[in-house]
Amino acid sequence: MPQTIGVPKETAAGEKRVATVPEVVEKLIKLGFKVMVQSGAGDAANCSDDTYRAAGAEIAADAARLWSGSDIVFKVGVPTAEEVGLLREGGALIGFIWPAQNPELMQQLAAKKATVLAIDALPRTLSRAQKMDALTSQAGVAGYRAVIEAANAFGRFFNGQITAAGKVPPAKVFIAGAGVAGLAAIGTAAGLGAIVRANDTRAEVADQVVSLGGEFVKVDYEEEGSGGGGYAKVMSEGFQQAQREMYAKQAREVDIIITTALIPGKPAPRLITAEMVKSMKPGSVIVDMAAERGGNCELTEPGQAVVKHGVTLIGYTDLNSRLAKQSSTLYATNLFRLAEELCKTKDGVINVNMEDDAIRGLTVVKEGSITWPPPAPKPAAAPPAAKPAVAALPKSHGHGASAAPASGKATAITFLVGALLFWFVGAYAPAAFLGHFTVFVLACFVGYMVVWNVTPALHTPLMSVTNAISSIICIGALVQVAPPLAGGTDRPETWILGLAVLSIALTAINMLGGFAVTRRMLEMFRK
Amino acid sequence: MSSSLVTVSYIGAIILFILSLGGLSHPESSRRGNLYGMLGMTIAVLATVFGPQVTSQGYAWIIGAMVIGGSIGLYAARTVKMTQMPELVALMHSLVGLAAAMVGFATYIDPSASGKLQGAEKVIHEVEIYIGILIGLVTFSGSVIAFGKLSGKIGGKPLLLPGRHWLNLIGLLTVLYFGYEFIHAESVEAGMKPLIIMTVVSLLFGIHMVMAIGGADMPVVVSMLNSYSGWAAAATGFMLSNDLLIVTGALVGSSGAILSYIMCRAMNRNFISVIAGGFGTGGGAPAKAKGDAEPVGEVISISAAETAELLRDAKNVIIVPGYGMAVAQAQHTVFEITKLLREKGVNVRFGIHPVAGRMPGHMNVLLAEAKVPYDIVLEMDELNEDFPDTDVTMVIGANDIVNPAAQEDPGSPIAGMPVLEVWKAKTSIVMKRSMASGYAGVDNPLFYKENNRMLFGDAKKMLDEVMVALKT
Repeated sequence: MPQTIGVPKETAAGEKRVATVPEVVEKLIKLGFKVMVQSGAGDAANCSDDTYRAAGAEIAADAARLWSGSDIVFKVGVPTAEEVGLLREGGALIGFIWPAQNPELMQQLAAKKATVLAIDALPRTLSRAQKMDALTSQAGVAGYRAVIEAANAFGRFFNGQITAAGKVPPAKVFIAGAGVAGLAAIGTAAGLGAIVRANDTRAEVADQVVSLGGEFVKVDYEEEGSGGGGYAKVMSEGFQQAQREMYAKQAREVDIIITTALIPGKPAPRLITAEMVKSMKPGSVIVDMAAERGGNCELTEPGQAVVKHGVTLIGYTDLNSRLAKQSSTLYATNLFRLAEELCKTKDGVINVNMEDDAIRGLTVVKEGSITWPPPAPKPAAAPPAAKPAVAALPKSHGHGASAAPASGKATAITFLVGALLFWFVGAYAPAAFLGHFTVFVLACFVGYMVVWNVTPALHTPLMSVTNAISSIICIGALVQVAPPLAGGTDRPETWILGLAVLSIALTAINMLGGFAVTRRMLEMFRK
Repeated sequence: MSSSLVTVSYIGAIILFILSLGGLSHPESSRRGNLYGMLGMTIAVLATVFGPQVTSQGYAWIIGAMVIGGSIGLYAARTVKMTQMPELVALMHSLVGLAAAMVGFATYIDPSASGKLQGAEKVIHEVEIYIGILIGLVTFSGSVIAFGKLSGKIGGKPLLLPGRHWLNLIGLLTVLYFGYEFIHAESVEAGMKPLIIMTVVSLLFGIHMVMAIGGADMPVVVSMLNSYSGWAAAATGFMLSNDLLIVTGALVGSSGAILSYIMCRAMNRNFISVIAGGFGTGGGAPAKAKGDAEPVGEVISISAAETAELLRDAKNVIIVPGYGMAVAQAQHTVFEITKLLREKGVNVRFGIHPVAGRMPGHMNVLLAEAKVPYDIVLEMDELNEDFPDTDVTMVIGANDIVNPAAQEDPGSPIAGMPVLEVWKAKTSIVMKRSMASGYAGVDNPLFYKENNRMLFGDAKKMLDEVMVALKT
């Protein structure tokens, strides 16, 4: 019996996302599930009921119908108490839960004997889990949108231009925190042509910043800031002092600041003081992506865009909803990948396998018992260990380059064997043979010298031409067909003639065929 | 024509042959090189026919045989598909081997060739005949089997008889013993018996040798047989005291040997172990070892349309073709796609592994047939460094030559083999019919890498779909 996945309309104010989109509905149906979508669920994300219906989903008229008819509910926002009330007894729920912040919600869910997978509890360090990482996908969208919001509020071009009407300097953007959102912002701002600088307490992200076209600004203080699970940790007082100085300096120089700094389970760190805002040029913009958690900037007003001291402070907490279609599509794909993991048999029934590291981490309530927090994940590998240990494999020699010189011993043995062989030939072979032998040995060396430099591209033509040339053996047969006879010798004429003529025919195939096919091949090689 | 004139013509032919091989080192000079070869061969044949060693009674026979053989050869050369080149080359080697053996027999039964010789000269002459026939026959039967394997008439898996090394040793001892008998035979009739036994043994030896070699080692085998056919010609030259044959045979023999050496090095394998046979089972028991090193992760498949999307958005693309492209005859489509992408400003290049395909240089020939300009077709060493800057690599029907296990897993049977580092590109797409392992029988961790995508299906069909998607 296939299970039904239900997608309700999000209830939080300003939430425009939806947990699945029509393209993903088709994929879910292929996995064997039935899909039911609440009427109007996708309206704000440009997904009409009709498109869902076309993709094969059933449309439920209201929330009550949907929740009661669904075995598994896909949600975006944290469910309200009311929604939990609607959840079917023993049903499954997948979405953002934030179990640490919402202990009451956890109790309610447990009371419902529900199975709950919190997409925010995904063990992010598992590379296998990346395709399900909704935090990453949503942060990426938010980072992009943050730059767009900044560009909207900023009164100038991002890219420098030299126009007939004068020179326009490029905008300078500083991004605090190079996590997923920060990196997305760096890439977007650099793509618009701005000069981008970024800072993060984790030194290992410097390369990533540079790879996206940004410049990494170091804090002049030695301390490693990598906490577990890819987040930063709280830094020491000395470091914070040095960091503040650096931020103050950047604030005076740049036009736009985008802050993304978050520390798990703690209020957002205060990076930008009121003093720094005052020191910025009029018309500058600050986008505070940490507004929801108190903000990285002292003056941020969560959910608002305000102008203070001539600086626009954007504290929107709904950046994802401001790009609802994109956020929903990525989120839907994350959930689909999770559904794939849960339903490996593709029969439309989920199996919450607690042996699986990724699923174990995600599952916060299993059939009414709270399973959060999961056993401590293994700490992220230290940066040096991430480099493959085998990188030091000796590089192979290029074709044509001489191999490493043979060891003295091997050379000596080769010469000794050679000398013995030659002595043997010299001692026993008649003079006539020696003449031929000389020619033979020299020819071997000539062949070696000539062929050694052939480009690999021509190996096949080379083989077919040498093959054609080896039909020189024809000469051997030719001299046997009708040699001038001294007369009187008893010669088995018929046998020899037969063998010789046959040989000539065979070698003729080879000779003409070989040269012709080589020609045909070489004709094809062109620039 | 006097015998001095013949000798001078022979010298001319030798020079032309050397120039011919030299000319083939570069595409620009290669056509001229082939022309030199033809010219040299013509001079050599004409000089012999009109020289003192052939009387006019033989002309009719010679012309008849030449015309028949020549037309068969030309017909084959014209009709052969480029994907069948390895088979054709192998078949042609067998002809040379057979001819060498027959000339050896004819020389032996011809009293005018050996009757006058006495003592050491007679022994040497007979040793030359014996060795000439031996090499000729091994070349013949080995090439026939290679032909069978390459054309799929015989399975590509190595046939490994129990105690095969002992069998080979017994064969060698038998050949040596009857060689002794042969030299000490009183008359031609008495010498025939050991000669026939040797014939049978060497035929079996040739068959056994090539049967034991796996499909992945075919490039080595083909070039090795090429080398043998040269040595057979050289042996015939000794037998007939003909310097032209000796020199030409030695040229061909050493060139084949060098090619084999280059192929072996490309696979990081020792020549002896290739000849001893059984790739995929060599180096212990990888079938068992495989269980320990089972790659982790999962395979992510991709559709043709998504592939087209990736290609369109890329700046740098490297295409790595393998035997699968040859089998599917996909080279023309590959080039169509290349053209489309290059028109859009995508930098498309080809990365060729030395042992891609079943014959040295196999891929180059196929791409040349599809009119891919040779300056975008690069060797492994030329572009292996460039993969980290590449957006998309497309692996078309290749497996072992892009296997990261060669670098990462010291226990792998292909450990140490130089490979194209496709996984260092931002995304790699592997086109394959299924998840089956390559000829080496080694699982490929590349398929499980995070930045790898699999495009399952017949290479030709998939590429056609990619092309359609690219055009829209």
